Amino acid sequence: MAEIQLRELWKYYDDVAAVRGIDLDIQHNEFIALVGPSGCGKTTTLRMIAGLEDITAGDIVVGDRVVNEVAPKDRDIAMVFQNYALYPHMSVFQNMSFGLRLRKTSKEEINRRVNHAADILNIGELLERRPKQLSGGQRQRVAMGRAIVRDPQVFLFDEPLSNLDAKLRVQMRTEIKKIHQRVQTTVVYVTHDQVEAMTLADRIVVMNNGVIEQVGTPEEMYDAPQTLFVASFIGSPSMNFLPCEVEAQNGGLAIRLTDNLTLAVPADRGDRYSPYIGKPMMFGIRPEHITDKRPHTEPTHLDFTSDVVVLEPMGMDTMVFINIGETEITTRSRPRAVSQVGQPMDFTIDMGHMQLIDPESEKVL
Amino acid sequence: MSSNTTAITGSDGRELALNKAPIWRQRKAALNYIALLPYVFFALFPFYIMFITSIKTDQEINQLGESPFWATGIATENYIYLATHTGFFEHWFVNTLIVTVAVTIISVSVGTLAAYALARLRFRGVEIFGVSVFITYLIPQTLLFIPLIDVINTIDDYVPIRDTYWSLILTYPTFLIPFVTWLLMGYFKTIPVEVEECAYLDGCSRLGALWRVVLPMAVPGIMCAILFCITLSWNELLYSLVFIQDETAKTISVGVITELIRGDIYYWGSLMAACFIGALPIIIIYGFFMDYFTSGLTAGAIK
Repeated sequence: MAEIQLRELWKYYDDVAAVRGIDLDIQHNEFIALVGPSGCGKTTTLRMIAGLEDITAGDIVVGDRVVNEVAPKDRDIAMVFQNYALYPHMSVFQNMSFGLRLRKTSKEEINRRVNHAADILNIGELLERRPKQLSGGQRQRVAMGRAIVRDPQVFLFDEPLSNLDAKLRVQMRTEIKKIHQRVQTTVVYVTHDQVEAMTLADRIVVMNNGVIEQVGTPEEMYDAPQTLFVASFIGSPSMNFLPCEVEAQNGGLAIRLTDNLTLAVPADRGDRYSPYIGKPMMFGIRPEHITDKRPHTEPTHLDFTSDVVVLEPMGMDTMVFINIGETEITTRSRPRAVSQVGQPMDFTIDMGHMQLIDPESEKVL
Repeated sequence: MSSNTTAITGSDGRELALNKAPIWRQRKAALNYIALLPYVFFALFPFYIMFITSIKTDQEINQLGESPFWATGIATENYIYLATHTGFFEHWFVNTLIVTVAVTIISVSVGTLAAYALARLRFRGVEIFGVSVFITYLIPQTLLFIPLIDVINTIDDYVPIRDTYWSLILTYPTFLIPFVTWLLMGYFKTIPVEVEECAYLDGCSRLGALWRVVLPMAVPGIMCAILFCITLSWNELLYSLVFIQDETAKTISVGVITELIRGDIYYWGSLMAACFIGALPIIIIYGFFMDYFTSGLTAGAIK
């Protein structure tokens, strides 16, 4: 239950910068997901908050005190590690109560808190077992229980689900969300899986090469990415990118993808894009915004035809791969509406969701 | 093991006939035992001769024509001789025990702390320090005892330690501490750092985490170090031979070869009896703690 502020935070390992001057304000009880490819500095940032890494420059504020010099044991922070890091020589109960025993909490209080946490996590019958007698999912729960009983100011999660199999991962994801709703605390959650970040977080922080690319709600990150990196990183399957040229057409603007395919830009974006007429640009569109041809009245919806290259049925939808110019792109259609491979198919594209990217600055315009 | 399996009831309610282990598997098991035989022979034969000779009378030992591999009866005279005519039980055994316990405690406690520091702390020169520990261990004792004589003599000018087991308690750790450090360094490195970090976040100081989390997880390694310390100091010969002349201050290894071999006369019976009793504690300790060498106490800490 505390706010966290990162101010101009730097971390150098010898002469390699892992984190390059990031600023971030985390609200009271907020669930923040730090997401990015491996080596982007997200885990280093988390470890600095925990106090496991020294800070090269900048400040970390938890609550209202600067904790740069505070030892991990005095920060009142709990962390769930990727590999669980349970104490193998202790039972589940001892694992969960370890922190409380160190703080000389009374026996009754320890029992009450451990049982409460075990209740939330459904591990009541495992309390006497040793970690090696537990399955991966159970160990994961114990690791979380150990954090919950402490009732810390801040919860840190370091890729807690990446060691679980796919089904359990989805299940535990929901579980974590439920737990956060019950145990209101500030959470910083590190993951490389953007789906986890999207589903869990109040706000997502996308990091790349030691800097923050963008901070925002999952919807903002999805609908209005600010950089090419965020646009390509968030969303699965990821956004399609095509080289294009902006040109004037019938008093408005149009995106020229190939000689035969030119798509009109929505009128409200004319002013934003007009400085880029004639320059080589990049056009971005998510797969679900190119569908099988549907009746439409909105001016932003446009139709075109292309040959089907590959079909990937997903059940609910079918991913249809088509070539536009040299580039293969993914589109998303209703299973019944798709053509055979090699046959032409009619598509509707929703230009209202297009993104125009300047390939030089890699910014979304 | 089909013979141990409980009865299986088939789908029609009748008990199913259990399959025997296939012939090739039985043959494989037999081969495994056959392959072990030469090893067992070479490893145990000296012990056997030692024991069988110790329960023979002198007469029987010296009788040519009798098979040396078998005893006709059990004679206790060699053991009685050890107890009544030598300082074996009264001095040598006790001295060896005192030295072994003291040296093991000193070496394992110092070595454990050193190993933890070298494995975990990041300070300037940590690698060079680790390598130098290893090199120290590699210098042969047969060279090191020469400067150590000088050290012992110098100390003896102030505190009388020559010819007492204190000289051994002081010198054995010089080769045991590097050994323990090297052994445990490797072991500490296998303990996941995250478990320790978790202990810090749970409220432990570094020493607290070492005591409550790292050491309990390192028990197999520490047991291993203790066992090796006990074995090496129990069997040590060179330093005790050099530093101790007084008969009452001798350890078993020196006492046996200096008191039971006179010139070119070997008191074979009592010599073998002394060797056998001297070897017993080590055998017993290994028998009890062998499991620690193979047990995986760290299982379950991380995925």
